[in-house]
Order: sequence, then structure tokens, then C-alpha cells
Amino acid sequence: MTSHTSTPPRRPRPGGGRIAANVVGVVVSVLMIFPVYWMVLTAFKPGDELMTYTPHFATLHPTLSNFSRAIHAPHFGDALGNSVIIAFSTMIIALVLALLAAVAIARFRWYGRRAFIFAILVVQMVPMSALIIPLYLMLNSIDQVNKLSGVVLTYLAFVLPFSIWTLRGFVAGVPAELEEAAMVDGCTRLQAFFRIVLPLVFPGLVATSIYALIQSWNEYIMAYVLLSDQQKETLPVWLVSFVSAHGVDYGALMAGATMMALPVVVFFAIIQRHVASGLTAGAVKG
Amino acid sequence: MSASTQAPAQAAGAAPPGPAPRRRRRLAPKTIGYLLILPTVVVLAGVQGYPLVKLALLSVQDLTQRELFSGLPAPFIGLGNYAKILSDPEFFLVVLRTVAFTAANVALTLVLATVLALVMRAASRWCRLLLTVVLICVWAMPQVVSTLVFNWLFDYEFGVVNWLVGRLPGVDMNGHDWYANTISGFGVITMIVVWGAIPFVAITLYAGISQVPKELEEAARVDGANGRQIFFRVTYPILRPIYTIVTVLSVIWDFQVFNQVWVARGGRPEPQYQILGVYSFVRAFGVNEYSLGAAIAVVTVVLLLVFTVFYIRQSLRQGEID
Repeated sequence: MTSHTSTPPRRPRPGGGRIAANVVGVVVSVLMIFPVYWMVLTAFKPGDELMTYTPHFATLHPTLSNFSRAIHAPHFGDALGNSVIIAFSTMIIALVLALLAAVAIARFRWYGRRAFIFAILVVQMVPMSALIIPLYLMLNSIDQVNKLSGVVLTYLAFVLPFSIWTLRGFVAGVPAELEEAAMVDGCTRLQAFFRIVLPLVFPGLVATSIYALIQSWNEYIMAYVLLSDQQKETLPVWLVSFVSAHGVDYGALMAGATMMALPVVVFFAIIQRHVASGLTAGAVKG
Repeated sequence: MSASTQAPAQAAGAAPPGPAPRRRRRLAPKTIGYLLILPTVVVLAGVQGYPLVKLALLSVQDLTQRELFSGLPAPFIGLGNYAKILSDPEFFLVVLRTVAFTAANVALTLVLATVLALVMRAASRWCRLLLTVVLICVWAMPQVVSTLVFNWLFDYEFGVVNWLVGRLPGVDMNGHDWYANTISGFGVITMIVVWGAIPFVAITLYAGISQVPKELEEAARVDGANGRQIFFRVTYPILRPIYTIVTVLSVIWDFQVFNQVWVARGGRPEPQYQILGVYSFVRAFGVNEYSLGAAIAVVTVVLLLVFTVFYIRQSLRQGEID
């Protein structure tokens, strides 16, 4: 190989390409992460380094004063509480409903099963913005506007299809023979489900619940339209109204933004793989 | 199959009190299936199906604040709302703006994500890991948060971007407001959208590219193809199904961008910043013309549907010819 005259020009190419790719990769990484870095940095900067005409690209005096200003701003506690209530309610209800439906699709044969799967995948494509107006009017007529329960109800619609589809994969991955063996050994169908299937689909349950948590934690328009009282605001709505109410206290704003984004980033890193495959699976079938 | 037909027959034949508990234990698989999806069907019918029907109904009625509070039925006006929108020059402007905005976002997202995926393939392991971590961090950022952060980066007074651009010789960026000019304003919004959209597309494309056998590319290189030719003649044709998916998804998402525009303009988007999603929303909730807003939303969904069907058919056909 090495004795050929044609190899020297070919050999260095992958090496040179790799170095070039690494350089581009590092530059792109720095550019892409900069907004996130700037958010966190601003959140920890002391007041005299915040609003300066020559920006400080790092700080030697990190402080928590921005966080304390954000936390003590009006309605932060309410917003945090509401967001937690909404996110966890959506998560728990979605988890139960999605698990039932996933088992129905993966384990049982019934008329209309294919149509149901098709509907689940198509529903994922319906734009949320198109449904705001009728959803608002509908919830208004059943007295669910300005209530957290109304918001949870609408979030279910946007979380369920993905959750069902993801869980279906996990349930289908558990061999039916395992369940049958348990039933032969004297388990009832329910016992077999709880003792055999449930522990095995646990990672799927984690993935779906995190997805539901993130979606309902981040959502803005529906919460903005449906919850008009300041005490009922969720975190994203609170954060946006914080800008207009307090001019531009960027330190506190970025502290609030960091507090809202940090849990999402951590949780999202855990389930990222499932989100990518779930989104494209829907598109393939739809 | 036979079990499911037996069960009802048994149930019909054996009416006496005895078999009741046994029958419950022996539910037909079909029945269990229906029972399991029942809650989901109820919820989805209520919060997705019914609103869709209601949206279509609303668009042929004239629902205003009066009907909303009195509870009176809204008068049926046929295609009046559609006639009103389609004869409004502003609506066409909004549609054009939305199409241009979507095209720019999708094109930029696809090109940059492709470059990133190729870089990830060519780079060393540590560099790939670094890129993956960065992409996941960016992907996880809530839209509201990232828009607020970009507003801070592009702040007219203390924004780091103004300072950076101002370092260029002969450029004075003191107090430069990026949103004062619609083009540069949409440039910033496009940056927010594309920045948030790149991770999903890049990671999906990278997953596809890493499935392409290296031998194929090497064979092409041996045959004298350059990097560009290898991508367009070898890699891209194999990845076409994945490109179709990410393109359709990107168009669907970018065509109805709302949060980024709404939050970037502080909840009061000026007329020149209105794209379809925002326009429909402002019509419905800003001036209480719910029916007009609904008609605009219907037009949006129809436009998207037409595009998606056309695009998927087109790329399927291309695939057949190749």
C-alpha cells in the first residue's frame, strides 16, 4: 500500500480533513453555545458589570443578587407553583392514558386499530396555533378558562400522540411469551402486566413523562390566552410579562430565564434520543 | 379470533347468575383493546377533533364579542369571511411575508444542518461529542427563553452584538435598533428560529449519514469524484427520504412560527412583523374577530396541507425515476 506513489496524496487527505473538521466543529460549537453562555453569565454578573458599553466576557465576582431579584419579583412563586402543578398533572394523566393506549395497540388486535394509529400520527401534525381560537371558545363555554385544569386538558392533546407512539415501541419490545409464561404459572392478565411488562417498559415511561413535563413547562401561547389572572400565570408567561413590567432588568430576566431553562436542559439530555426518533416516525407514517 | 366470537355467544346463551364473574375475567381481546383506548379517544376527540370541526364552523359564521358573552348563536354567513380575507391586500402581503420567511428559515436550517452533520462525520470523536452536547443544549432551550436571550444579545444599548459589530472599522452601532428596519428585524428572528431548529435536523441527518457505507464514498473518490460530487451524487440520493421528512417538518414548524415573533416584539408585534400565525391570533384576540381569525387559520392549514401533499408526492416520484 504505502509503496504506491498514488497513496501519499490520498493518505494525508483524511488527516487534513479531520483537522479542518475539528477546527470548524469547535468554532461552530462556540458560536452555537454563546447565547446560552451569555444567558448564564448575565444571570451571575454583579450589577456594575451588567450594563456596560464594553461587555465583560467573563466575571470574577459571580453573585446571586440577580436570582434573588427575580425570585422576589411579584408572582414568581405563583408562576413557579402553577407551572409545576400543570406540568406534573399533564405528565401523570398523559402517562396513564398513553400506557393504556400503547398496550392496546401493541398487544391486542381490534377493528380500527390501524385507523387509530394513523389518527395518532396525523394529529401530531395539526398546528397548535390553528386550534387556539376554537379551544379558547370551547373552554370558555364549559367554564374552564382561567383555570389550570383547562390548560392541562389542552396540553394533553399535544402530548398524548407522541407519548402513545413512543410507549408503543417499548411495550411491543417486551416479548408476549414472557407474559404468557407468567400467566401459565398462575398470574392473572393484570398481575402479568404489573409484574412483567411494567418493569420492562420503565425506561419508556421515564422518557414519555419527561417529554410531557418539558412540553407543558415550556408552552406559552395557550397559557397566555387561557390564564388571564396574574396569580394563574405559568413561568413562560411570567417571564415574558417580566420584560414589559420592569423595563429591561436584564440581570434578573436572565436569572429567571436560567432558572426556567436549566431543568429542561438536564431532563432533555436524558430523553433526546427518543424525541428525535419519535418525531421522524410520525412523519414517515403521516 | 375464534375466542372473540365465542365470548359474546356464551354471554348471550348463559344468562343465569353463575357465569357473571367468570365472564369478566375472560373479556375478549377486542373488548380490552377498546376499553384501553377509550380514555385517549375521548380526550383527543374533545381537544383535537371537536376544535378542528369548530374551527371550520367558526370560519363560516360571524362570531363577535356580543355572541360570546350573550351565548346567542353566531349568524351563518357562508364564505363571507373568506371573501373578506381574500379581497384584503394586507392578507396577501402577510401570506407572501410568511412564505418568504419560511423559505429563508427552512433553506438556512437545511444547509447549515447538512454542513454540521458532515463536519460531525469528518471530525474526531471528542469534537463530535462536543458538538452533540452543544446541539442538545441548544435544542433543549425553551423558545420563549431563547427569544429573550437573543433580544438581550441584540439590545440597542448594551447588546453584545452591537459592540461586536461596532468594532469593525468605520461602523457605528451606538444605539442601533435591529428591529427598526423590518429586514434586519426579520434577520434576527430568522436567526432565533434557525438556531433553535438546527439541532434536530443536524442530529437526524447525522444519524442518516453515519448509516451510509464508507465504501460507497471511497469508491466514488477512487473514481475521481470531488467532495461536492460525492455529496450530491452518492450521499444525498441515499438520504433523500430523511431530507423529505426534515423538510416537511421544518416547513410545518416554520410556517406557523408564533412565539419568536410575539416575544421578540414584546407581545405587541407591529403590522410589518405579522406573519400568518400572529395575524390570525391578533385578528381573533386583539380585535375580537374570532371568525375572521378562524378563516385565516383554516387558510394556513390548507396551504400547509397542499404543500405537504405536493412535496411528498414530488419526492416520491423523483425517487421512482432514479
